[in-house]
Amino acid sequence: MANVATPTRKSEEDVLIEQLGYDDHFHEHHHGDAYQSNFITKYIFSQDHKMIAKQFLITGMIWAIIGGAMSIIFRLQLGFPEESLAWLKPLLGKWIVINDAGIGTLAAEFYYALVTMHGTILVFFVLTAGLSGTFSNLLIPLQLGARDMASPLLNMMSYWFFFLAGLIMFTSLFLSTGPFAGGWTAYPPLSALPQASSGSGAGMTLWTVSLVFFVVSVLLGGINYITTVLNLRTKGMTMWRMPLTIWAFFITAIIGLLSFPVLASAFFLLMCDRGLGTSFFLSEIYIGGQALDHVGGSPVLFQHLFWFLGHPEVYIIILPAMGLVSEVLAVHSRKPIFGYKAMVYSMLAIAFLSFIVWAHHMFMSGVNPFISNFFVIFTLIIAVPSAVKVFNWIATLYRGNVRLNAASLFAIGFVSMFISGGLTGIFLGNSAIDIVLHDTYFVVAHFHIVMGVAAFFGMFAGVYHWYPKMYSRFMNETLGKIHFWGTLIGAYVIFWPMHYIGMAGVPRRYYRFDSFQAFSHFDELNAFITIGAILTFAVQLLFVINFFHSIWKGKKQTTKNPWGATTLEWTAPIKATHGNWPGKLPSVHRWAYDYGKDGKDFIPQIEPMGEDETDH
Amino acid sequence: MTALLVLLSIILIAIVAVQIGKVTDLASKIRGEEDMQESINKRQGAYLLLFLILFIVLSIGTGVMYKNYMFNFGMEAASEHGPILDRLFNVTLFFTGIVFVVTQVLLFYFAFKYRGRKGQKASFISHDNRLEIVWTLIPAVVMTFLVIGGLDAWNEVMGDVKDGEEYIEIEATGYQFGWSIRYPGADGLLGEKNFRLIDGTNPLGQNWEDEKNLDDFQASEIYLPVNKKIRVRITSKDVLHNFYLPHFRVKMDAVPGMPTYFVFTPTKTTEEFRQQLKKFPEYQIPDDETDPTGPKLWETFDYELACAELCGSSHYAMRLPVKVVSEAAFAEWVGQQASFYESTIKGTDNDPLRVEGALSEAAPETEEALDAEHE
Repeated sequence: MANVATPTRKSEEDVLIEQLGYDDHFHEHHHGDAYQSNFITKYIFSQDHKMIAKQFLITGMIWAIIGGAMSIIFRLQLGFPEESLAWLKPLLGKWIVINDAGIGTLAAEFYYALVTMHGTILVFFVLTAGLSGTFSNLLIPLQLGARDMASPLLNMMSYWFFFLAGLIMFTSLFLSTGPFAGGWTAYPPLSALPQASSGSGAGMTLWTVSLVFFVVSVLLGGINYITTVLNLRTKGMTMWRMPLTIWAFFITAIIGLLSFPVLASAFFLLMCDRGLGTSFFLSEIYIGGQALDHVGGSPVLFQHLFWFLGHPEVYIIILPAMGLVSEVLAVHSRKPIFGYKAMVYSMLAIAFLSFIVWAHHMFMSGVNPFISNFFVIFTLIIAVPSAVKVFNWIATLYRGNVRLNAASLFAIGFVSMFISGGLTGIFLGNSAIDIVLHDTYFVVAHFHIVMGVAAFFGMFAGVYHWYPKMYSRFMNETLGKIHFWGTLIGAYVIFWPMHYIGMAGVPRRYYRFDSFQAFSHFDELNAFITIGAILTFAVQLLFVINFFHSIWKGKKQTTKNPWGATTLEWTAPIKATHGNWPGKLPSVHRWAYDYGKDGKDFIPQIEPMGEDETDH
Repeated sequence: MTALLVLLSIILIAIVAVQIGKVTDLASKIRGEEDMQESINKRQGAYLLLFLILFIVLSIGTGVMYKNYMFNFGMEAASEHGPILDRLFNVTLFFTGIVFVVTQVLLFYFAFKYRGRKGQKASFISHDNRLEIVWTLIPAVVMTFLVIGGLDAWNEVMGDVKDGEEYIEIEATGYQFGWSIRYPGADGLLGEKNFRLIDGTNPLGQNWEDEKNLDDFQASEIYLPVNKKIRVRITSKDVLHNFYLPHFRVKMDAVPGMPTYFVFTPTKTTEEFRQQLKKFPEYQIPDDETDPTGPKLWETFDYELACAELCGSSHYAMRLPVKVVSEAAFAEWVGQQASFYESTIKGTDNDPLRVEGALSEAAPETEEALDAEHE
């Protein structure tokens, strides 16, 4: 139950750290804590991993609100194409075209810009930086028993490159030619030629520059996470004693480090095509009344390079969420995570496979159909480690004593979403079925549920669970539960019907559906989805209110270890300053999941193994 | 004004929610954390169970509700390979459906059943190798079957026409924003194209020196004979497009500089497909809502060609009707079409053959001239 940790336990922990901990002479080096001596070094150019985590989280939240609001605007267009959007004129200006009757319509070009920006922002800024950036920073040092990241300076730079990327992307929204509108995948020639789409002019230039800075941010962060995990584990923290969160962040960082540079290279080649007259991706194009000089390039090459990042990217998004959920489920079920090693191996398997499945996004792009055979096989193999993970999460609940709070509810919701969205992946990964479903709403439903909503659920579970570690207070539980139910029901209301629309063949990225008889049967369903989206978005605002309200007014954390967790971050002081532990670093004597062992509710990792105690 | 009202109501809801939150915090102080958590677990557990039931019932129920719009269930495929893909979809739906129901039920039921109670102890179960091997093998076996079935169908459907096989080749060229359809004419062969030859009078860049081009004709609708193998050569003039025929389960990107293809055989004429749709109440409604006595949806039905790869601001409107007719009607239609060269080019300034009249001698000269002009 909550707050089971008794005062005696608390002092016991301090005694354990004092007796068995590792003395790195921290205080002899850090008199006066020069790292955070004034406002600027403490809150802005902070090198403290806990502050950087908060910076990532709050920046991510701001981007989530912007990206979410964009989706509401284009959902209004799809759900209510006949309604006047004139009231949006003050916000969107010339992109709302008002006719003589006073009816305002969203310009098609801007609809595509909104869709593109929504995708880019959510995938990169929210679910990569906001999720992995936040929790890798917060938890890697704390759960490993480290003072900070291996390089706090690079860590700070990682955030500020992300901030810069965001700033540039935000600027592009105000260009007179509009932001980039060619889809988040930015396939050339559409993205290469300003003649093809007005957003492909300055909008695309800023988009590419922004994302190159973003790649720098990810790489700086990733190098740091990997180095920290490999080198700064405290005494006794072997790899096989690390919590699954750390495994997830570690593997995620490796994937990112290997795949993001390929994206950067694709962007450099694209920039050359755009500005220097090269022909990497362009060939035999006649546009705007003119035959272009480019010959010999291939648009399909870009797709290969893009998806070589793009597919691992979805695991960069989902693996941290999996790690957070594993930890949250175990803590609140009061049980060890089921099959700890299987969980690690399945993550490693997923990570490895993620690099050899990229062309399953390209079955219908004109690549040789023979090549697709391999990608089908590898893609469907991913279902096996994914299934193992799902079964293990369910088995973790089995015969537990589950504390149902906002964190654990979101973790349960994550598993539900991952099942629903994962299963539709089995359809899409099978190239023959993909002939039918490729680029329809079925795809939209699939990836939103499995990596969009699911990753958000993992993130929410993490925020509710580790909020005390960030602000020494709790978020409001009741609001959290309303938030959970609104989001769970809302997400299914939005995305479940999209399967049906997709199974009727309706293509995605359509501004209107009434040009085709085959696609125009779903007016009511589209209106229903839009209403669902608006309500679900409103429920997210509850979360935002709860988050900021709780920073100052939330229930105070009175015990170090409110959830009764075994991991190291809960042995640090409630208000941990730079360096995390005031004296010695805790040393580790067991794995992270001794819950309910030998009749004890939990045994912290810092407690030595008993004389007759056996390993798990 | 509406925006303001919405904003106000959101703020109001937020205030109410914060107040509710305060009340529960207070209650937990009075009743004690542990008792409070137990009653919360009980209530949330019940909600989870309720959600599970509604979720399963609604997901199956709504599926049935919309089935007449969906491929296979209502919209049977109109091509030879279509039913193979639809069957594969159904087999996958069957297996994943079982997994879906079983896992969702276990997940929510366990969360309900093992909700925290005072005095209850969780069991220390860290792993079970035998169980884990079982649930690794089961998905692996099911996947093997799905992969084999899928690849079998894939390689059959995506295969090109074989040597000596009888087929009709047509060409679809995507551009911003529409499609050009070219038929090979009497010789059954499509002539050469070069994108540098494209201009106002020659929209596809056909090379008139190539004899095969002279009888090629263009059409504003796709006409296809039923039960004949069709090979579509798919190209693009500018950006990526995708040649998408939903009713025939045909989809392939149109890539500038790299022609792609899709081979399929229509099996139902437009009229036959209309009769098939007539059975469904969904298609018994008037096509035009303002005219209740007008033709019904099934009567106005046409196969449609759509674009399924984002290509710019009018991507959503690249429609072209597709008509599948009997072989005799197709032959008659072909007979009425005039070759593009004959109707538009011949004898004009744009006709490279005009100058000397003799095709074989004129060809090399004018080709060079053309190249010079364009470079």
